[in-house]
Amino acid sequence: MSDAKVYVIDGARTPFLKARGQANEFSAGDLAVAAARPLLARAPFAPDHIDEIIVGCVIPAPDEANIARIIGLRLGCGKTVPAFTVQRNCASGLQALATARERIAQGRSHLVLAGGTEAMSHAPIQWNTAMVGWLSAVMRARNPIARLRAIGGFRLSHLVPVYTLLLGLTDPLVKLNMGQTAEIVAHRFDISRAEQDAYALSSHQRLAAAYDTGQMRGEVEPLYDRRGRIYQEDTGLRRDSDMEQLARLRPVFDSKYGSVTSGNSSQVTDGAAMLVLASEAAVQRYNLPVLGEILGDEWAGVDPAQMGLGPVHAVSKLLGRFGLAMRDIQQMELNEAFAAQVLACQAAWASPEYARDELGLDAPPGPMDPSRLNIDGGAVATGHPVGASGARLVLHLLRSLRRHGGGLGVATLCIGGGQGGAMLVRVQGEPK
Amino acid sequence: MSSDIDAVHWRSEEVDETIVLTLDVAGQRANALSAEVLAEFDRILAQIESRPLNGVIIRSAKSNSFIVGADVNEFQKISDMAQAVSLAGAGQAVFNRLARLPYPSVALIHGHCLGGGLELALACTYRIAREDDATRLGLPEVRLGIHPGFAGTVRLPPLIGDLAALDLILSGRTVSAHQARALGLVDETVPERHLLRAAHAFVARHPRQRRAAWWKRVPAWSPLRKPVTRLLQRQLRKKVNPDHYPAPYRALELWRRGASQEEEARSLSELMVGRTSRNLVSIFLLGEKLKRQGRRQPHGVAHVHVVGAGIMGGDIAIWAASRGFRVSLQDQRPEALAGTIKKAYGFYRKKLKKPVAIQDAMDRLMPDLDGNGLGRADLVIEAIVEKAATKCELLRDIERRVRPETLLATNTSSIPLEVLGEALRDPSRLVGLHFFNPVAQMQLVEIVRGRQTSDSSVERARAFTVAIDRMPLDVRSSPGFLVNRVLMPYLIEAMMLSQEGVAIEEIDDAATRFGMPMGPVLLADTVGLDICLSVAEMLSGPLGIPVPERLRETVGRGDLGKKSGKGFYAYDKSGKPRRRPVRGHSDLPVTERLILRMLNEAVACVREGVVDNLDAVDAGMVFGTGFAPYLGGPMRYAEALGEVGISSSLRRLAQEYGPRFEPDEAWGRSDLFTRDAGSQA
Repeated sequence: MSDAKVYVIDGARTPFLKARGQANEFSAGDLAVAAARPLLARAPFAPDHIDEIIVGCVIPAPDEANIARIIGLRLGCGKTVPAFTVQRNCASGLQALATARERIAQGRSHLVLAGGTEAMSHAPIQWNTAMVGWLSAVMRARNPIARLRAIGGFRLSHLVPVYTLLLGLTDPLVKLNMGQTAEIVAHRFDISRAEQDAYALSSHQRLAAAYDTGQMRGEVEPLYDRRGRIYQEDTGLRRDSDMEQLARLRPVFDSKYGSVTSGNSSQVTDGAAMLVLASEAAVQRYNLPVLGEILGDEWAGVDPAQMGLGPVHAVSKLLGRFGLAMRDIQQMELNEAFAAQVLACQAAWASPEYARDELGLDAPPGPMDPSRLNIDGGAVATGHPVGASGARLVLHLLRSLRRHGGGLGVATLCIGGGQGGAMLVRVQGEPK
Repeated sequence: MSSDIDAVHWRSEEVDETIVLTLDVAGQRANALSAEVLAEFDRILAQIESRPLNGVIIRSAKSNSFIVGADVNEFQKISDMAQAVSLAGAGQAVFNRLARLPYPSVALIHGHCLGGGLELALACTYRIAREDDATRLGLPEVRLGIHPGFAGTVRLPPLIGDLAALDLILSGRTVSAHQARALGLVDETVPERHLLRAAHAFVARHPRQRRAAWWKRVPAWSPLRKPVTRLLQRQLRKKVNPDHYPAPYRALELWRRGASQEEEARSLSELMVGRTSRNLVSIFLLGEKLKRQGRRQPHGVAHVHVVGAGIMGGDIAIWAASRGFRVSLQDQRPEALAGTIKKAYGFYRKKLKKPVAIQDAMDRLMPDLDGNGLGRADLVIEAIVEKAATKCELLRDIERRVRPETLLATNTSSIPLEVLGEALRDPSRLVGLHFFNPVAQMQLVEIVRGRQTSDSSVERARAFTVAIDRMPLDVRSSPGFLVNRVLMPYLIEAMMLSQEGVAIEEIDDAATRFGMPMGPVLLADTVGLDICLSVAEMLSGPLGIPVPERLRETVGRGDLGKKSGKGFYAYDKSGKPRRRPVRGHSDLPVTERLILRMLNEAVACVREGVVDNLDAVDAGMVFGTGFAPYLGGPMRYAEALGEVGISSSLRRLAQEYGPRFEPDEAWGRSDLFTRDAGSQA
């Protein structure tokens, strides 16, 4: 690659807040501002020296059109800093970083604030199209008789609401919700309920350990709400969870015979993760501390009904492009949309048939060493605010690599709609 | 085309047989109606009144105001009633000429439209206001101890109704363009870009002049006037003492009588030559002078970093963010930060109201556990615990982490700046910014200069203070600075009186009757007895003031005042003190003892050079403690009493109650009792 180098110099995220029925206090904009404010405060450059702002977000609130622009203005970057929003479902945050990397590598920008944000608890509930049609007919009616006639067109079915969150989590073409696609891959690779639960439990335990040893300090910025409450940890983290409790939960998606439960799936959550990317020139000009380097990204399409296998393909392509083997990867963050889906990806990488038939490889790349995969837990414990997760994975991967001495890392997600995305990063130093 | 008028302050141009008159008072930031400006206006009106025009439009060339009122500086030159009557009469005559023009007139209002400015607008046929937050309309005359005198009291009730008019005149409050439209005070509100177009449209359409609806004039029916007056008087009495502040009562009386313009002018004149108005005017001008001092230099501050999310630090951060500054608030305790954010939200909701404005302010206020904001800060204010060693350590650390041009400030109330400066490589950049609690209500900030503080640090601190809409007062770094030092003997005297058996309610009543906003005992409870004790102990050495035993005992019991629910008073759940009824009165000279100790300390501050002059004492005590404004501050009051009288009273008290009443040597020194030119009546 002849591209110029692209560095991540800083990043932070909010604690992820579980959606518990009603909307949390923070909008997607609030969350991104809270995550990015400390970055700009401690940066040696003024906020208006940023060249552009790129934010991933899947369902911004109706009053947050092009939310990246709103975030930039609210952060005090000033009116001259352009901003745009990207949407690639679960990988929107990763897409924001990928786009930012590309723009810097091309020399178009030097400093980019990029990341993702999502307030899933704020996902709107809309009128259905029949209702919209009826309303506009009533408005358009020119005289009282026409208006009465229009009003007469009302049907009770007009009141059926459209839950945008549920629709967002359902594949629009194969009409399966994301949990059902997890059931499909679990079945395909024969992942048992117990294996899924054990994986989920370890995710909670790993995240709890990361908080308890102080590793998350500096990565997770506390949130303060208007009522004087503080959030310093992800609210979905269950320190008291155990196998018995997990085993008691009923499958949510295939309720009778399924194995995917709310306990071994990622949680519907609000949160934001923001990073600052810089060119070599910017690093030198402002004497910026370098956290790590983004080397590149790769994307792959898969069967929408088995979208959970997206990472298998994206990572294979990424490794192929950079001439790397799985063992060269020091650490991997593979988004835990579902425990079943993470385990299925591992199984697919291990499978010679899968390698031959689906990846077109002579030999399977082999699974990622579990002790180097999601070492501080993942979305099962933190939650998965869809727009933000990709940025969280990259941020945590970089910090985790640095803590362990450096090396190559991969952050990857499965993407609703049947895709996978993966990003390769490097942190200076020799792995311990 | 431009018509040939011969004027310094007014410009005139003619468009479609409509004259646009623009007021641009020469050499001033804002337009005020001086005698000269009014005389020019009268000449112009005389020139144009007989011309066959379609209309006249009156506007201002100043960016932030229409007309801010009469020229307050001229008030000080008035020495007798006849002068005052002729001043008001002249203004009325000009505005009557305006009102009588044979074609419509339009006032185009943006920014401040106050007092005489609004009265001018009231004499126009129509009023159009710019719809934004900067536009404020009102009749704040009562704040200067007078009431409207250019026919405002006559013209306003028929326009917006009697109760609304009395509300504006008696309270002196200002309203936004939006509220003015709802009241009927203006005919229309439009954005800047449509102002002239709207004015020309009014001239062309010439609609009927606005009048209050009949039901809004019901209180003016003669059988109702008296009871309405009594009702409003009762409400007024709850807020202001008629002996101290007669103006609103006079305005109400004018309304009851349905007074004419001549009667309005006469009543105004009586107020103008009275003590209250003279003192309020002098205080107002002192405040303007302090603000002017803060405008001489740019502050160069965009980002403020506050360390310490206690009450003071938190409130300073909340206030600065509400005034448009980016603020990071550092504290190691997340709960303290969370408490400040909660308080900020409550305050912004009340003060800013609009959701977007609230969100902006909340976005500007960043809780900062790790001190992320230090690197970009232009000003760092430390407001941590009052311990010299801790503050020094913090300042040393701050100096390492900030940029070289960052101004460092401390909110200390007791530690000499020279001590704190020792922690710094460059002590010239350290200045004291001494705020008072509660920051949102107390206008004064003492700008404390240590021996090593540089001029430019002081200038920047002053400018920042004015930028956050507070009054900067220069004081020298010395124990208690000005305000706490003058206040402390007064508080201690109150506690001694209570030890001698005077009921605390009686002590407080004596002080409020004198004109203090709050009695000394309640004030001590409100400030916090622990804080009072620490200030008293800090001052007791250098000033030789004994700390009252009762204060030590109360703090020792953990009764810290209002914040702990009990101090000298006990407080109910809503934070109201439980007052016992005052039975009988003690024979002790309560008021005299309280006030004379304060005056004695104040004059010592001038003698020692804590502040530059008497004006500074008056401004500091009025804006910092609410010292009876109608008296013009402690020094103006002392001058009114006479230095000789004060000395002899003090000597008498010293014989009876001890040497703490010994008159300060400054009382005999005429060199200290001089006033800056310009503020002298």
